[in-house]
Amino acid sequence: MTALTTAIRLPRADVRGYLAAGGFIVLGLIDIFVFSGLFSTGHHGDAVFALSLPGSGIQVPSVHVPAPPTALALGLVTIAAGAVRGAADLRPGTIELTSLRKRLLIGIALIGSLFALLCWADASNPVGSMNLIDLLQGTVFAAIPLVLGALSGLLCERSGVINIAIEGQLLTGAFAAAMVSSAVGATVGLWFGLLAGCLTGGLVGALLAVFAIKYLVDQIILGVVINLLALGMTNYLYDRVMVPYANFNTGNFFTPYKVPVLGDIPIIGPIFFDSSVILYIAYILLIVIQVALFHTRWGLRVRAVGEHPTAADTVGIRVLLTRYRNVILGGMVAGIGGAYLTVGSTGQFSTGISSGFGYIGLACMIFGRWKPLGATAAALLFGFARQLGQELQLLNVPISPYLLAMLPYVATIVAVAGLAGKVRAPAADGKPYIKA
Amino acid sequence: MTEQQTAVTEPAAGPGRARLTPGLLIEAVTQGSPTVITILAIFSALVVGGVLIVVTDPVVLRAWDSLGYAPAAAFSSTWQSVAGAYSALFEGSIFSPATIDHAFHGGSIAAIFYPLSLTVYLATPLILTGLAVAVAFRAGLFNIGATSQFIGGAIVAAWLGADVSLPLVIHVVVCVAGAMVGGAALGWVVGELKARTGAHEVIVTIMLNYVMANLLVYLLSGHSLLQAPGQPNQVGAPVAGNAVLPHVGGPPPQADVGFLLAIGAAAAVAWLLSRSTIGFQFRTVGANPSAARSAGMSVERTWVRAMLIAGALAGLAAATVILAGASPPPPLAPSTPGTYGFDGITVALLGRAKPGGVVLAGLLFGALNAGGTNVAGITSVPTDIVQVLEGLIVLFVAAPPLIRSIYRLRGAAGTGIEDFAKGWNG
Repeated sequence: MTALTTAIRLPRADVRGYLAAGGFIVLGLIDIFVFSGLFSTGHHGDAVFALSLPGSGIQVPSVHVPAPPTALALGLVTIAAGAVRGAADLRPGTIELTSLRKRLLIGIALIGSLFALLCWADASNPVGSMNLIDLLQGTVFAAIPLVLGALSGLLCERSGVINIAIEGQLLTGAFAAAMVSSAVGATVGLWFGLLAGCLTGGLVGALLAVFAIKYLVDQIILGVVINLLALGMTNYLYDRVMVPYANFNTGNFFTPYKVPVLGDIPIIGPIFFDSSVILYIAYILLIVIQVALFHTRWGLRVRAVGEHPTAADTVGIRVLLTRYRNVILGGMVAGIGGAYLTVGSTGQFSTGISSGFGYIGLACMIFGRWKPLGATAAALLFGFARQLGQELQLLNVPISPYLLAMLPYVATIVAVAGLAGKVRAPAADGKPYIKA
Repeated sequence: MTEQQTAVTEPAAGPGRARLTPGLLIEAVTQGSPTVITILAIFSALVVGGVLIVVTDPVVLRAWDSLGYAPAAAFSSTWQSVAGAYSALFEGSIFSPATIDHAFHGGSIAAIFYPLSLTVYLATPLILTGLAVAVAFRAGLFNIGATSQFIGGAIVAAWLGADVSLPLVIHVVVCVAGAMVGGAALGWVVGELKARTGAHEVIVTIMLNYVMANLLVYLLSGHSLLQAPGQPNQVGAPVAGNAVLPHVGGPPPQADVGFLLAIGAAAAVAWLLSRSTIGFQFRTVGANPSAARSAGMSVERTWVRAMLIAGALAGLAAATVILAGASPPPPLAPSTPGTYGFDGITVALLGRAKPGGVVLAGLLFGALNAGGTNVAGITSVPTDIVQVLEGLIVLFVAAPPLIRSIYRLRGAAGTGIEDFAKGWNG
């Protein structure tokens, strides 16, 4: 029996070992032969990374890195990491690696190669230098709708209702926020717009709640149908209202607000504390939901409803009421995320502005194991992938912008494929509760 | 589950059953058979859509503003707004009485059939993407990625159609087969990832949609593989004459062999699901994966097969668009995939994931799309109203208890659509 199981298990581990080690070595070779620029023309010299935004208060000196040797060294490190991983997987007894150390090696290889890529992209561009603050600030901005979408998803799913309709909540929230803020105008209008986005998201949440909880419609299908309806509805209203009456889509948006003391800290300030007010709302929501879910009686009840509704019902928790409340609250949170897409950034609504953020937010929620902080980490990762693509485009990297635009989506697939099976949703997630 | 229950309790409700007496017919209506529910869902969607048309019509709103001194005008403008839009929808998709009048006065008789042929033409890819979603549904998979599979098929079909030259019949056959392979490859990725890693197909398919949409633009720009030579825009090269699907007849844009392919595919899927071993495995895995595994079926292999077939069907849909009989076929562009993939979901849901139902639902949505262009052309209502109507129809179809309570039907409670999709824990 033991012989049989090892005989079956070994080849799979072997394949994984070869893949991991081989992947590292390929990355290292790319670092050395492509990113170092030693084997091509025109990619020499220093890579300059700016560490403060132009025109900001305290200027931090830019970092100069000799690009070719750095990329070469990083490539060698990556190959070494691959060799260690390969030895550990394929030659049992030579090196033993804990799973933490394995992850550390993956981190070294990926971050090293990423830095080599940045050196190459930066050194090859004679005009500008890469601004790391811009990259990281963009990462945070791109993560805002994802975090709020993921929070919406996990509020619903912790209570046992699958929320695929995040995309629709973002989209309708974005539309309502743009329309109301334009109609009311001025700074007050922005707050009305934010409120409108929040309430509209809540309305879509209520639609989801009624159909899922009262009419017992399959929740995954329901979510997708609501998304299609939201897309059709916003497209229709955009063509019918916003196109002929431009005063309903003026592009009114929150100017960035710098937090007094925190915003002046070099490097950290511009990244985290100099943005539209919705980022600060997201911070508050993130902390409140994290604490409420895991450290309050309310959170315990919500999780009980999501894991074992019958037991929760037995001890007197009102299952359906909890679900209605959470799904509507989730919709409101996603509605704020939608408002960010319009009044939080450029102001104007355009059709299909949510462009899959709702679904990526959903993936962030799964990736973050249904925990607010985990989902945020995942959202930052996807935000980084997205922003990196855009920054590389600005540096005129000879890679098509359309291929770079695939980055966050490919990253999501890799993350979901690499992690699925190791995560577990709330036990009653997606199962309607019918009182016996 | 519910489908079978209703079939058992209401034998008279199903179409094609013997002896449809008036009594049974009344019972079917009052009990709310699936057909009756569907009809009422469509009606309800039209009512809600009508309200949406009215409340966003500036003419109507102005008339209601002066309700006090011209009440009749308010009501008549409301009626005109809705009736205008819906009659334009009908005339653009089924037939327009004006064309008969024209035919009597020396106009073309063929023009009478133009709206119908447009409906059939637009329904063709919808039926196929609908089948792509339906097949996956039956195996318990929710395929939101018909768009990506469509693009996969479109890329291969456009490349084979424009850059390869082959003899007459062979070329079109190769292109159609290539499109199916292209779509199947994308479907395979989804099935394989789910089978090997457990990655949920909903997320993988959505992400692949965006990946493939970007890949398509990439291939169509910067002198890549598919961009027409000497063309600065993102447009593909025209498909060679030999690769075009032949016409069946009728006035342009006439139904071409594509529609026959769609009907044939529906028949093949029907046979596959109800008569073949693979189809039996699909249905068993879809109904209860653990039971299927206990019975010795490979759930993982079934997923991969289902996604392969689904992808091939979506690829075939792309072939019917890229190699369309309209002469010359419109070249491949970033906008070519349109909403075919997502419309496939609504078509499959409306058709209750049954091949026959999918064909009917595809024709209905083809008619809505055909009419939608006419609505935008004649009235001030944007063509997007069709998207809203489609979403509403499916939302109502998905919730029979809602329809029952609106129309006071007595029938047994139950959900409309079987639990096709599985949650995150599988």
